[in-house]
Amino acid sequence: MSKLANFVGWIDDRFPLTKVWNEHLAQYYAPKNFNFWYYFGSLAILMLVNQIVTGIWLTMNYKPDAELAFASVEYIMRDVDWGWVLRYMHSTGASFFFIVVYLHMFRGLMYGSFQKPRELLWIIGMLIYLALMAEAFMGYLLPWGQMSFWGAQVIISLFGAIPVVGDDLALWIRGDYVISDATLNRFFAFHVIALPLVLAALVFVHIVALHKVGSNNPDGVEIKKGPKGNRWSDKAPADGIPFHPYYTVKDIVGVVAFLAVFSVVIFFLPEFGGWFLEPDNFIPANPLKTPEHIVPLWYFTPFYAILRAVPDKFLGVVAMFAAIAMLFILPWLDRSGVKSIRYKGLIYKIALAVFVVSFIMLGFFGTQPATPTYTMFARIFSVLYFLFFLLMPIYTKMDKTKPVPERVTK
Amino acid sequence: MNKLIFGLLLTLAPAVAMSSAALHLDSANIDLSDKASLQNGAKYYFNYCAGCHSLQYMRYNRMAQGLGLTEQEVMDNLMFVPSKIGEPIVNAMDKQASAGWFGVTPPDLSLITRAKKNGSDWLYTYLRSFYTDPSRPLGVNNIVFPDVGMPHVLWELQGLQEAKFDVVTDEHGHEHKTFAGFALVKPGKLSVDQYDAAMRDLVAFLTYVGEPGQLERQRLGIYVLLFLAVFFVIAYLLKKEYWKDVH
Repeated sequence: MSKLANFVGWIDDRFPLTKVWNEHLAQYYAPKNFNFWYYFGSLAILMLVNQIVTGIWLTMNYKPDAELAFASVEYIMRDVDWGWVLRYMHSTGASFFFIVVYLHMFRGLMYGSFQKPRELLWIIGMLIYLALMAEAFMGYLLPWGQMSFWGAQVIISLFGAIPVVGDDLALWIRGDYVISDATLNRFFAFHVIALPLVLAALVFVHIVALHKVGSNNPDGVEIKKGPKGNRWSDKAPADGIPFHPYYTVKDIVGVVAFLAVFSVVIFFLPEFGGWFLEPDNFIPANPLKTPEHIVPLWYFTPFYAILRAVPDKFLGVVAMFAAIAMLFILPWLDRSGVKSIRYKGLIYKIALAVFVVSFIMLGFFGTQPATPTYTMFARIFSVLYFLFFLLMPIYTKMDKTKPVPERVTK
Repeated sequence: MNKLIFGLLLTLAPAVAMSSAALHLDSANIDLSDKASLQNGAKYYFNYCAGCHSLQYMRYNRMAQGLGLTEQEVMDNLMFVPSKIGEPIVNAMDKQASAGWFGVTPPDLSLITRAKKNGSDWLYTYLRSFYTDPSRPLGVNNIVFPDVGMPHVLWELQGLQEAKFDVVTDEHGHEHKTFAGFALVKPGKLSVDQYDAAMRDLVAFLTYVGEPGQLERQRLGIYVLLFLAVFFVIAYLLKKEYWKDVH
């Protein structure tokens, strides 16, 4: 023991090991009332690690070459030892990453985790979401199937809708007049090194910002402003418990339960009925043959539906980006003064419910052919999506909130 | 809160109902653990399909393993072109020439059952849906794949059938043709039931080829889930032990 203590002491003289351990784990006091929704932060980190580790091993056998890419994926699936597990962990991991991130964001909407003093924390989170979308979009081209090719073709051609510079911009992104080997190579570079670095850096900054302001909780009570003193420290918030060991052991339970669901998909439903691996992507990319209907993967379809709901292509692109921009300005739209949905009034509860339904329905319509009926519904839900944000300063002020307790509740 | 979530889920029900089914597919009802069925399917594949359709992502020796055959048995009975046992299953057909003959190069079938939604059922229905159509260059058409370029290579097994259509005139005066069933006009070597069974085996073989490791994947999955179940109990008890003093 003393030998270990000596060794740690030797390191501490040269690197703040014990200090970092204490500040971020053993003496980081998190509210004691976290519920189910607070698992998804640690699960998002788990998915990031999963994607990076499986990605490294996939890269060892994948060939970023338009002639070889599709066959190299099948080579991984068939001839590389355990290649199929790595590939399914990666493809399923992409979808689960988005599921986890969407639930993590929904948690923020429910408990007001974007409100003061967590505005910057929320914005860093939104930047992670943006980087994740870019990462997923570029990764989806790599298997070089029909949907990879045509999905990328459609999305990049959207940049062509921008006036004056549009066509040159699309050409610059592709590196060619159509999606080609040049596009595949640069997307590979971005997917395996550039964006993962950005993501890792942003996740680090997200956690630094979180530990500066402290975690929110289902009551939306600032434990730092409450009474001081708990079993571990006189100065720590009374309603706080050390992250380690309490939340580390709790998060392990969440991780195991999550991995069980994840494994059911990997081992028994890897295509997930065409939602995680689309049938068209089992056909090699063919620039001369357009698939019957081109859809992005499910995690993009809410925004794709908004894009298609607008009759004008350029304005559609604007609407799509505006839909994401809304989330960035959220901290300044909510005027209710109460964080948690537990103490907000009926109006916010209804507004949030309408928003969730709109988002999911847009996601559904984004996967369907644009028939007149579907387009009409997509327009209605697009309007509702934007109204949730644009009317928020008004309805959150009107809303009758309940008194917030001094201390966190059970 | 739980009521709210439940209510949200209910409002999504119409979305599920709206995703309508298009063409009716018959269930292939295959059993990938039935080695005799896979071997029989392979026999049909190599005798009737392999001349035009390659399985370029599948190797002969991997297939031998999956079918429960020795490498010698595969070389003697299923390898019709000069090849080595460790090589992929390709054929000698000239891609450009075949595009001229059929209008399209016969596609590689390694992933055919994965390239369609419910691919095995699709393929099973497709293989039983050829009908005579004098307007087509090769004299046959297909209900599942209209104006298909492929001839009915299995006609001597199935025989030839005609398709019957119901013509319905709607309120706008447009005529709609709906498929109403087949009538066998010239019997083949196999009865209808025998032909269906043969196609079931062929589809089973191609489903196996689509992902040769799929049985192993499911077998392993059981153990992974069992491990996680045990781990969950331990993790849960650990959490309970630590948290008993948090009030």
